[in-house]
Amino acid sequence: MIGYTVRRLGQAVIVLLGLTVLVFALEHMIPGSLARAILGSRASPGAIAAFDRVNGLDRSVVSQYWTFLSHVLHGNLGYSYRLNQSVDSLVVHELPNDLILVGIALLLALGIAIPLGICQAARRNRAFDHLTTGVSFLLYSMPSYWLGLLLVAGLAIGVHVFPPEAPQATSPAGVLADPRALVLPVITLTLVNIALFGRYMRSAAVDTLAQDYVRVARAKGLPERAVLTRHVLRNSLMPVVTLLGLSLPAVLTTGLVVEYVFNFPGLGLTYFNAAVNADYPLELGITVIVGIATVLGSLLADLAYAVLDPRVRYG
Amino acid sequence: MAEVETLHISAESPGEDPASASAPEVVPAVARRRSFAAGFVENRTGVVGLGIVVAIGVFCFLGPLVYHSDQIHANIALTNLAPGRGHPLGTDANGFDILGRLMVGGQSALEISLAVALMATCFGALWGAVSGFTGGVIDAIMMRIVDVVIAVPAIFLLIYLATVFRPTVPLLIVVLSLLSWLGPARLVRGETLSLRTREFVDAVRAAGGRSSRIVGRHIIPNALGTISVNATFQVADAIIILATLSFLGFGLPPPAVSWGGMLSQGTTYLLDGYWWEVYPAGLIVMVTVVAFNFIGDGLRDTLDARLRER
Repeated sequence: MIGYTVRRLGQAVIVLLGLTVLVFALEHMIPGSLARAILGSRASPGAIAAFDRVNGLDRSVVSQYWTFLSHVLHGNLGYSYRLNQSVDSLVVHELPNDLILVGIALLLALGIAIPLGICQAARRNRAFDHLTTGVSFLLYSMPSYWLGLLLVAGLAIGVHVFPPEAPQATSPAGVLADPRALVLPVITLTLVNIALFGRYMRSAAVDTLAQDYVRVARAKGLPERAVLTRHVLRNSLMPVVTLLGLSLPAVLTTGLVVEYVFNFPGLGLTYFNAAVNADYPLELGITVIVGIATVLGSLLADLAYAVLDPRVRYG
Repeated sequence: MAEVETLHISAESPGEDPASASAPEVVPAVARRRSFAAGFVENRTGVVGLGIVVAIGVFCFLGPLVYHSDQIHANIALTNLAPGRGHPLGTDANGFDILGRLMVGGQSALEISLAVALMATCFGALWGAVSGFTGGVIDAIMMRIVDVVIAVPAIFLLIYLATVFRPTVPLLIVVLSLLSWLGPARLVRGETLSLRTREFVDAVRAAGGRSSRIVGRHIIPNALGTISVNATFQVADAIIILATLSFLGFGLPPPAVSWGGMLSQGTTYLLDGYWWEVYPAGLIVMVTVVAFNFIGDGLRDTLDARLRER
């Protein structure tokens, strides 16, 4: 296990370094220069030279990358000139809101998708299975904003049950203080994730049900409910652990879109606004955070899998 | 999203129930030799999906030849007209005919997504095959590169690049392909790892075949089934991500028409009850994506059935 962990950690470190190289390259892809993009097209050559000197942009690429890397390692993700605020302070301020939205939606989605997948597998090819598979197929094929808009049209405009907009407070406590406004964004994100996890859960449970130990459990007279909870559930959860770690990019993508649709005060919306305002440092700072989260997610998933399934660490 | 689709295949294909595939338990000798196309035709979902895709293709590319509408000049005398005579699906806020607009918007959506699926699949398959076949340090480096690009969700990179560069059709194709080849690369690498230990590869090697010949003539053709299933899902993914990008306002700039852009503009009028500016665009995206996913599922089931027959 130790060997596997060390190897996997080493991989993650290499990928994180690669990520910083990628983001550094993206920053240097800006046509003209960063100084020109920030100071504007009428900035004097003197002002540009001064900006380059202060930010070290007149030094060699290697030395600039080195500075960038050391900044990232010290938690300095750059400075948003439009908002006149450091990117890390923005992230610290808004990440809790995202954790609330994504966290609730993921918990709900898993809480529904796991039993649903097992029920589908247990009643395979019957009406219940066909119906739920069909619905999840439809959800899976929907752009998330389209689902959000349908919910707004139905539940906010058609019948006025929930407000069409997410909580507009900026603090996590304020967001939680307005649970009714949280309903539609959470439902949208939850439905998309149920479709994502439900498909895997169903096929994992179908696989498990075909195993010999399930036949043995049934043969020794275990009630079907016990077979499903004790044997099928546990063994079908493993692919979902991996999926949960790997699905982070998809979840964050949906999060960005949902935040845009419902005007939710999170990092996704901030990223969108940064893009609209051509606030490159903010965009890249958030990109680094998102990338780190993804790498850590897949690392944790692999390690959890190794703990759950001994075949992985000795393989 | 691409990597999720990839996972979906590897996670579901072994366990997919035999009943959903069209193969009977006992396969007669004649049936065993039937072509892939014949197997696919027996698969209902796949055929339905193909039918829908063909219909949408005809609608988008041949429709404008029959149904003429001006999609270049805004006409404020015709804004927000409800469906009726002359405009079966009404008009939008700039007086453009919605039905005609759906056709034109579909052209770029289909062109870009098909091109992306093709480019991403070819490049990804080659990358994965070379990586898996070579092994060792080169494999490790090649796969870490995949890990790095996969670490940043495509939509974030796309939005960033759309703010830095002005989106055009070729640029969108290139950028989307650069972000979509990772799934196929991982998938084909996995396939290659199992293929390269097979006897026929040893045979080619013993006969003096070079590595490039083994990869190009033997490994890739043998992984072609998996690759083509994935390519279909890639089209569906590309349509979704493209529609999302234009919905957010980072797609092709006007006068280009896109389904996502139509939806985004129509959303403004959701409260006014101008349903014809919202639902047709949303529905056509959904139906197109469902259709490509149907084809992918159908191809996969046919492929699974054939593998079982062997």
